Amino acid sequence: MSDQHTPEQVTDAETTAVHAEPRQEAEARLQPIKWKFPITYALLALLSLSAFTFLSPTGAVTQFRLATGSDFVALPAVNVPSFAGALVLSLLQLAMAALAIYCAARRIKLGVWLPMLFGLFFVLAFLIYAGAGRGAFIPVVTLLAGALMLSVPLIFGAMCGLVGERSGIINIAIEGQLLAGAFLAAVAASFFTSAYVGLLAAPFAGAAVGGLLVWFAVKYHVNQIIVGVVLNVLVIGLTSFLYSTVLTQNSELWNARQQLPRLPIPGLSQIPIIGPVLFNQTILVYLMYVIVFALHILVFKSRWGLRMRAVGEHPKAADTVGINVPRTRIFNTVLAGGIAGLGGAYFTVGQGLAFGQEMSAGQGFIALAAMILGRWNPKGALLAALLFGFSTSVGQVLSTIGTPVPSEMLLMLPYVITIFAVAGFVGRVRPPAAEGVPYIK
Amino acid sequence: MSTEKKNNDDAPAAPGGALKEAESRLHYAVRELSQSSWVITLLSVVVALVVGALLILATNPQVQATTGYFFAQPGDFFLTSFEVIRDAYSALFRGAVYDWQAATPDRAIRPITETLVNAVPLILAGLGIAIGFRSGMLNIGGQGQIILGATCAAFIGYAFNLPVGAHLLLALVGGALGGAIWGGIAGVLKAKTGANEVIVTIMLNNIALYLLAWLLRQQWFVQTGSNQPIAAPVEDSARLFGLLGTGFRLHAGILLAIAATVFVWWLLERSTLGFEFRAIGENPDAARTAGINVPKATALVLIIGGGLCGLGGAAHLLGTEYRLGAGIAGTLGFDAITVALLGRSKPLGTFLAGVLFGGLRAGGVLMQAQTGTPIDIVLVLQSVIVLLIAAPPLVRAIFFLPNPDGTAKSPRRRRLKDQQAAEAAQEPAPTQEVTK
Amino acid sequence: MKLQLKGVTKRFGTFTANDRIDLTVQPGEIHALLGENGAGKSTLMNTIYGLYSPEEGEILLDDKLVTFNGPGDAVEAGIGMVHQHFMLIPVFSVTESVMLGYEPTRKAGIIDFAEARRRVQEISARFGFDVDPDAMIEDLPVGAQQRVEIIKALSRDAKVLILDEPTAVLTPQETDELITIMRQLRESGTSIVFITHKLREVRAIADKITVIRRGKIVGQALPESTETELASLMVGREVNLTTQKEPAEPGDIGFSVKDLTVLSGAGKVVLDNVNLDIARGEILCVAGVDGNGQTELAEAIVGLRSAVAGTITLDGTNLRRMNVKERLNSGIGFVPEDRSTDGVIPGFTVTENFVLDQYDQQPYSNGVAMKPSVMREAAVQQISRFDVRLGTVDDPISTLSGGNQQKVVLAREMSRDIRFFLASQPTRGLDVGSIEFVHRTIIEERDKGTPCLIVSTELDEVSNLADRIAVMYRGVVVGVVPGDTDRDVLGLMMAGVPVEEAYAQAKDHHTILGEADEEAQT
Repeated sequence: MSDQHTPEQVTDAETTAVHAEPRQEAEARLQPIKWKFPITYALLALLSLSAFTFLSPTGAVTQFRLATGSDFVALPAVNVPSFAGALVLSLLQLAMAALAIYCAARRIKLGVWLPMLFGLFFVLAFLIYAGAGRGAFIPVVTLLAGALMLSVPLIFGAMCGLVGERSGIINIAIEGQLLAGAFLAAVAASFFTSAYVGLLAAPFAGAAVGGLLVWFAVKYHVNQIIVGVVLNVLVIGLTSFLYSTVLTQNSELWNARQQLPRLPIPGLSQIPIIGPVLFNQTILVYLMYVIVFALHILVFKSRWGLRMRAVGEHPKAADTVGINVPRTRIFNTVLAGGIAGLGGAYFTVGQGLAFGQEMSAGQGFIALAAMILGRWNPKGALLAALLFGFSTSVGQVLSTIGTPVPSEMLLMLPYVITIFAVAGFVGRVRPPAAEGVPYIK
Repeated sequence: MSTEKKNNDDAPAAPGGALKEAESRLHYAVRELSQSSWVITLLSVVVALVVGALLILATNPQVQATTGYFFAQPGDFFLTSFEVIRDAYSALFRGAVYDWQAATPDRAIRPITETLVNAVPLILAGLGIAIGFRSGMLNIGGQGQIILGATCAAFIGYAFNLPVGAHLLLALVGGALGGAIWGGIAGVLKAKTGANEVIVTIMLNNIALYLLAWLLRQQWFVQTGSNQPIAAPVEDSARLFGLLGTGFRLHAGILLAIAATVFVWWLLERSTLGFEFRAIGENPDAARTAGINVPKATALVLIIGGGLCGLGGAAHLLGTEYRLGAGIAGTLGFDAITVALLGRSKPLGTFLAGVLFGGLRAGGVLMQAQTGTPIDIVLVLQSVIVLLIAAPPLVRAIFFLPNPDGTAKSPRRRRLKDQQAAEAAQEPAPTQEVTK
Repeated sequence: MKLQLKGVTKRFGTFTANDRIDLTVQPGEIHALLGENGAGKSTLMNTIYGLYSPEEGEILLDDKLVTFNGPGDAVEAGIGMVHQHFMLIPVFSVTESVMLGYEPTRKAGIIDFAEARRRVQEISARFGFDVDPDAMIEDLPVGAQQRVEIIKALSRDAKVLILDEPTAVLTPQETDELITIMRQLRESGTSIVFITHKLREVRAIADKITVIRRGKIVGQALPESTETELASLMVGREVNLTTQKEPAEPGDIGFSVKDLTVLSGAGKVVLDNVNLDIARGEILCVAGVDGNGQTELAEAIVGLRSAVAGTITLDGTNLRRMNVKERLNSGIGFVPEDRSTDGVIPGFTVTENFVLDQYDQQPYSNGVAMKPSVMREAAVQQISRFDVRLGTVDDPISTLSGGNQQKVVLAREMSRDIRFFLASQPTRGLDVGSIEFVHRTIIEERDKGTPCLIVSTELDEVSNLADRIAVMYRGVVVGVVPGDTDRDVLGLMMAGVPVEEAYAQAKDHHTILGEADEEAQT
């Protein structure tokens, strides 16, 4: 028995196998051209041209206000002639659509700058149209600040969903976690008359809901979606029950308003436009920046993140290298619940409001949507949440200055976009492989 | 499944005298009993009532007052607690089943009819959700489908002028169609693109909410001439007729619910379409290999399920509410999910679960009116029941009942786990991806 | 390192998977554990690897008693395992996969990627593996994935390496490479436990052979034993390794595939102009390493995958535009590759599984409603013909053993009026008795004059059944050769070598297994 033949022989086999090499050319030829995006661009550009441009009253002007009262450097307001402005933006969009079509036909790939720039132009054209000849300013800073504010619970919720699902636990209970966080934050802040105590307490409420979720999921292998749905009902029931009893019986003690103070960061908060938006915020928002940034690093570059992803993708493989799957899932889901609870605090102490029944109002589901649209990545989820916050903010601003577009349509937008996303319109959405599958050892 | 049976079979064969044998027979009986889903359900309800009682006690001012001097007079605390719970739960019972304190016999039996009134939309929508569960699809979109059903039914109900029978029929069909379209969106998207139905239906719930809010602001839709976000009442000709005369709200919707229950049973157990539904629910790959058109069946599941939810919304509007407002669906959509879960996705089970939860709602109203206990406690009871029935081992642990493999000792439990692991190990499914 | 088991017993409920197992593996020894599917080999190895805890018995390493509470402990003690289904995460890079669980970290738990990559490169260099540390697992061919698994074990200084059916996914030539690696490891003092049910391999590779049957050690053997001896030891009775069959009497062409081209979901060509003709009364086997288009071929024929070009002709009718149901109804009998995912519905009763692809046909239904009593009667009748052991036909099929489930599938497909029989891996995971039964049944079907197409990655099965063999490589039919073609030739063809060259090369260079065969014959 000798094995010295082996190496040469294998080499021989490989060299003679040339005729069966991958047939890239044929593959490229046979693959259907992806017309989906170019056509979408073209349709949106045409919409922009026909509606935003030609429906703008001729001679009208759209006014943008870029400054707030307290700015260090006050920027002047910008007046844009509506028709011309929308026309230019629409033509730019058309040009980009044409480029996209050309590149698709030639199978050339385009960078991510195209959709981003296209989106910006489309939104601007829309704002010009919406504000055309209204005689009112479009308050850009308010618009952006509102977008960030509305995004805060969404971002916390999306980060919660992400940490849970990356370790294999589907979390439909984000809504309940936000609500529980809002409730406990309000009650604790009121009882100790300190918003900061409320902020400290909120994560525990979210973590408790997360703990229940993962307990049923890991110990009893109950379908995680079911548990999530039922937990939402449970939290709504509990908080509403307590609200109608204890909190209303003695609202001075249990449900008095407390607000986290704004902490402007010296220097940074003076920057025009983005300064007041980003750096004149409460500690909760700064915490959010930290959490998003930390997750962005840790999920992909740390031991914790690697193990979390392993457990979410292939728990048995993780088990064979000595990773404790149930413990990882429990820890991460509880941690995630804490993040969502913190986000819930935004509804009460973050805004200086008392607790109200069902005050999370479906935000947990938008957070879920943001996480999916962001493809389980902290950065993507952040952008998606901001997009959703922005569309809601636009709706709110426009409803105050009067607008041709019903605000309900804008409020629907996050949900519609998410449906398109999961239907594979925005590329393939690939959740963690073992998501929702109980690991039975 | 097989292993549980095996264990049960050889358990009574334990060696020993007659006494031991009798004892083991008793054990066997207890174990059999603790296996039964009926027992688990019953015990879950008991636990939920206990949880509810604790909540009521914790928030009751009178009880709180007695805790102040608990150590001086503990009896006061227990007596007050007892009275509070008795009052609350007897109000719940009297509101749901039979009110022995009522002035007239009519009034006394009215609660049970109210229970049925509440149960109608729960049963119909619960059946819609159950069809999805049996076919492996988690339809979380009951809420949206109910809203659409109610909206369509309402619009047909007041915007058209038609003869008595036809008008009602058209309104019901319209409602079912509305729900079917809403469910169908999720179904067709899942069939065509594989879009996860859980996400899509959740999103559709919220879209439905805003769609309804928008519609209620449109004058062509509400036809009331006022700015109130509430639509005109449906014509008499489109209302589900009462079954018991004045003083009772029970309407023909309950007949609809019974018919739907029978229909769903036939569909799932006897029809070829139901065979396809169950097949794709259990194993879509094998179904596809056997020539079943999986996309078509997938879409049909959600269309039919959505239709039933829509019908539930329509029956709720045409039989109870008559006017369409923004809160028409209340928490019906999520209640329907709990109903289907409690009914274990079986038609009869869903029917009975719908009656139970309808009863909780009806009783909750009286409990709120008479004892000031907020009706939100019904949500707590409902969710606790459903969480518990989903985790039978937990219920058994609470009541110290034996596990399926005998006593509740831990080594045995671990062995069972190992065994499950072995079975799982024999199925290469999850790891298959790697080699592809 | 010396590994010793004393009286290890592992039970699952009332079922004893391992019964008082004694086993000693000397340092630097390649020890084969031979047994049928379901004999308890994998359970034993998972016990050694700490995935299961044994009810009784002891595990000793270098004469020291050890207990493992999980795989982590076993790895710590120097045991490495390459599972039959790789424990790799498709979306991880090679580096990430190798370091998982043993990550080199800097401050705050941040991973030191440079260090991790260096470790992978170091081990690859030591054994001459060509593995890109930054490649994604899902992009790697199966052979390379296996090497990643070996790197994983070696990076943790495994002194005892367990390989669970490592050759199942390899060509004979790739198997050769693996054998070389195993010998290299043996030289460096690593003990190797090698699990298999393939008789040829053990004889060529192992230093010592332990045979396990129904959870018990039934004997030790030396590599010099004949295949027949090993087989009877493994099965517990005299076995005929080859199924008796008359020579084929091929009629005219009953089924043919012309220029069939199929794209994968990602747009890659997975079947490239495939041409096959099968005569009535003939068995054509498609051989090849898993993942070279055979699965797609079967799926394209049944209609589970759509073809971009070509024709599929059965008795003169082109099936290409038909859906699955229409194709089944026009006379294809199909046994899918993966029984548990594609063949049966576990929660359904035996009866329901029996009518799975005819539930809406006469006489089982009128198109709208089903007829339960008719279904049941037919199921009872047919299933007894196929010797299925079961309680009643109203039990869920998941209560049956794998072999009996496969018999139900065969009963379902063959009790219809079929004009073409297609089976993919018809005996995967079955015990020898069931394999014999399945093979006999297929040959009977052939003798009735049905054209049969059998896809199999097991060369034993191919040699056993085939009247002709078509070898596939990367979606192309490399060649069609007679049923008794030498295995070395088939192996080369499975690596893409054209027929004539394969014959020429095989004459000059024998594989280790091929040489072992010849030695055994002389």
